[in-house]
Amino acid sequence: MDYLLALPVFAFLLMLQTAVISRLQLLHGAADIILLVVAAWALQERVRSGWIWAVVAGVLVTAVTALPLFIPLAGYLLVTVLARILQRRVWKVPILTMFIVAFFGTMGYQFLSLVALKATGVPLGWLESVTNVIMPSALLNLLFALPVYALVSDLAHSVHASEVDE
Amino acid sequence: MQKFLPRNLQTIAVALLVAGIIFLGFSGYLNTVTSSALSPVVGIQSWISSRYLAVVEFITVPRDVASLRARNAELESQVFNLQARVVDLEQQLREAQVLYALLDFARSRPENQYVAAAVIGRDPSPFLHYIFIDHGSDDGLRHGMPVVTEQGLVGRVDAVTARAARVQLITDPATVVNVRLQSQDVDVMLTGSITGDVNLEMIPQDMEMKPGELILTSGLGGSYPQDVVVGQVVSVRKRENDLFQSASVQPVVDFRNLRAVLVITNFRPVDIGPLMPAQNP
Repeated sequence: MDYLLALPVFAFLLMLQTAVISRLQLLHGAADIILLVVAAWALQERVRSGWIWAVVAGVLVTAVTALPLFIPLAGYLLVTVLARILQRRVWKVPILTMFIVAFFGTMGYQFLSLVALKATGVPLGWLESVTNVIMPSALLNLLFALPVYALVSDLAHSVHASEVDE
Repeated sequence: MQKFLPRNLQTIAVALLVAGIIFLGFSGYLNTVTSSALSPVVGIQSWISSRYLAVVEFITVPRDVASLRARNAELESQVFNLQARVVDLEQQLREAQVLYALLDFARSRPENQYVAAAVIGRDPSPFLHYIFIDHGSDDGLRHGMPVVTEQGLVGRVDAVTARAARVQLITDPATVVNVRLQSQDVDVMLTGSITGDVNLEMIPQDMEMKPGELILTSGLGGSYPQDVVVGQVVSVRKRENDLFQSASVQPVVDFRNLRAVLVITNFRPVDIGPLMPAQNP
């Protein structure tokens, strides 16, 4: 049943991201709370709807962004894959896993965006993109990773506690 | 009779004495005596009065403190409400100032039709310089329409829904705007970048360009109307062995604090795509 939550949660997060978070920039990078929520949700032990959440997030972001079609979807699925793989290997320290997924997931998603934009003819420099956008974005996502993980864990516990009660 | 006279004499004497004293009193001869006799009485009276008031105050003060505290809380609440109202009014004033500036700009160019829109967000991807505005196709907005502020060129409408639109800024790395220098009749190309800096490219080597020169849209290509202010030249990069020189440009619009924009709705961009020569495989 928790997949029903995905649409309202990501609709709210998308509004928050475009209206507030995207304006808070470090150099020219910005945090991506949608990516962080996708990662944190996929890392929850009892959650089985991580893939659905990634798809919903990807489709919603694709609907508003000017990035090439379905790059957000591919990026968030990549983050979910990374989270699922790491969850099985570093399962005793979920916070550490969250930090790893936040950092490498951001790098992966941003590199995917960069490659896609360059492929469509946008003149972006590799070094300039890494130093001005990718690394600052990864750093900001690391800063937001802990509070987002705490909130998503609470949400997952409350959702699954109610499912157990039923 | 003998007993009667002395008694009458005593009474008469007392009456005369009293009458004399009253007479002296009215005529002011007793002022010194009365004032010196009353001053200790006044002192005592003042002392008693002040002690009485102190006792009354001591008894009634706790009740006053309670009422004062209540009154203070009420006033603090009023102050808080008024402060919130002041912040709200300041916000409205700033918005009104922005709208008045846009209105002045629109009045100064009566040949154009404008739709004013508020900026409601930015693209989630940090690689891209796009904004979202709160007006869409229901308000007559179409793809490619130029977007300006009272300061100058902002960009153009890139995608439209019924109630919102996405605007590509001139600072976006994929943006190319055909511009000209105000002082010289030479067309050059303005490009955005990932850092939001704007540059002039393809400037002929023989062209003399100085920092501070104003840059306007040329209208070439049909994507933007003519003579909209874009920015000022900040620095020129000229190398002898390069084919062209380039220059950094300071845009006139502050893109970080963009609150409201005007969309020029009666400008129809020309799509020159079909006229471009097809690339040979």
